[in-house]
Amino acid sequence: MSKMHVKLNLNGEEVEGLAEPRTLLIHFLRENLKVTGPHIGCETSHCGACTVDIDGKSVKSCTVFVGQVNGKDVTTVEGLVNDDGSLGIIQEMFREHHGLQCGFCTPGMITRAHRLLQENPNPTEKDIRFGMAGNLCRCTGYQNIVKAIAASADMMNAQKEAAE
Amino acid sequence: MIPANFEYHRPSEISAAIGIIQQHGDEARVVAGGHSLIPMMKLRMAEMGHLVDLQDIEELKGIEFSDSSVVMGAMTTQHELIDNADLASRLPILREAALQIADPQVRYMGTVGGNVANGDPGNDMPGLMQCLNATFEVVGPDGRRSIPARDFYEAAYFTAREDEEILTKISIPVPATGTGYAYEKQKRKIGDYATAASAVMIGNGAASIAMTNLSDTPIWSEAAGTALAAGDVDGAVAAALDAIDPQEDMRGPVEFKKHVAGVILRRAIARAQSRVG
Ligand SMILES: Cc1cc2nc3c(=O)[nH]c(=O)nc-3n(C[C@H](O)[C@H](O)[C@H](O)COP(=O)(O)OP(=O)(O)OC[C@H]3O[C@@H](n4cnc5c(N)ncnc54)[C@H](O)[C@@H]3O)c2cc1C
Ligand code: FES
Ligand code: FES
Repeated sequence: MSKMHVKLNLNGEEVEGLAEPRTLLIHFLRENLKVTGPHIGCETSHCGACTVDIDGKSVKSCTVFVGQVNGKDVTTVEGLVNDDGSLGIIQEMFREHHGLQCGFCTPGMITRAHRLLQENPNPTEKDIRFGMAGNLCRCTGYQNIVKAIAASADMMNAQKEAAE
Repeated sequence: MIPANFEYHRPSEISAAIGIIQQHGDEARVVAGGHSLIPMMKLRMAEMGHLVDLQDIEELKGIEFSDSSVVMGAMTTQHELIDNADLASRLPILREAALQIADPQVRYMGTVGGNVANGDPGNDMPGLMQCLNATFEVVGPDGRRSIPARDFYEAAYFTAREDEEILTKISIPVPATGTGYAYEKQKRKIGDYATAASAVMIGNGAASIAMTNLSDTPIWSEAAGTALAAGDVDGAVAAALDAIDPQEDMRGPVEFKKHVAGVILRRAIARAQSRVG
């Protein structure tokens, strides 16, 4: 089977590569492009560790083929840093509130939380738990993840107000 | 977890998609959101030489409203459905059900068309569409035809759609104002298919009841709806339990499933009745 020419806008940069059509996006990111932020936890669409943002949607990158995302904008946890390379707000809040222990689920958690807060800048605790239900964590018990996301929302809103 | 290889197609016209399917016959399969098909391909329970991605076909997108009906393009995602305020005001049961499907990531990708075309007894939309008396439009080499949701499901993964046909639209009659509704689902955890689920509509002297994942197809029970319309809740539950045929699996033995089905249906009926306005 011949390989496909795959082009993405990945974290703001045009990237390309050759891959068999059956290649899953997570494998293309990690193996062809060496972007290893998104993790493989289950490979069966259940854990959310592989979550990336595709054209404004949170997607499990183990459950899409490269062809399906050809030509689209993809954001991974690497793309959520500030322009100067320092940790973005959600990343910083996960650190500050101990929203991680082993850190394996963290890239997926942060990427999903990013989209959740874009869609709902003032989530209740219930909204956060419901909106994060596609991401599993084996370590934290979720409490500090929820806190980190709530704190991120407050921080983002404060920044927005300050800018106005 | 690596599927067998295939050639990838992304046509922008429905006629082109049908052409590819005709050319390759059994070797071709369409993909919508891929969140039922790709897991099956990874398990090598589905293999095809040609995968036809429907995402660029405009005709399959969008939600339209008229006084009497709602028409959803097959490629409407569960996320779009949840997000659409006009849809939620006309058919709130759709949103209530969609919020109980899978998890946020799956709902961004999973489509209504894929959910009803799939034919998996675990899918939530088929029973709901039977409850609402929806109609599916399919188009194939011989043109277009409409199939009532209540006639669509033949057995697990077997439907009235021919292999060369693409499901294009789902039409749902808008219920009269004041109709009570509920979609109730018992699942072991977020992201799981139903142990038992039921859809109930009631009002204006009529009622409709459908059950999910309790047989190899969704079950719409006319007798249950008739009993409920007459105010006989026990009769409705008895008729629905009589119509289902659950099988033992990891979600439990047959007796347990029947028990859960009864509990879930009673909850759905009570909530639907409380919403009759
Ligand atoms: C972790 C997880 C949990 C889930 N939980 C639930 C749940 O609780 N309830 C539930 O209902 N679903 C659940 N799903 C399934 C999910 O909702 C699917 O997305 C949905 O069933 C299929 O939609 P799709 O667009 O992804 O279809 P695809 O996977 O692309 O297609 C499914 C099948 O339908 C065919 N098909 C698709 N579109 C068309 C069309 N327009 N015309 C003809 N044939 C077509 C395909 O060829 C394929 O055979 C879950 C999925 C995952 C991964
Ligand atoms: S690796 Fe994709 S959901 Fe677990
Ligand atoms: S921090 Fe270990 S899995 Fe979440």
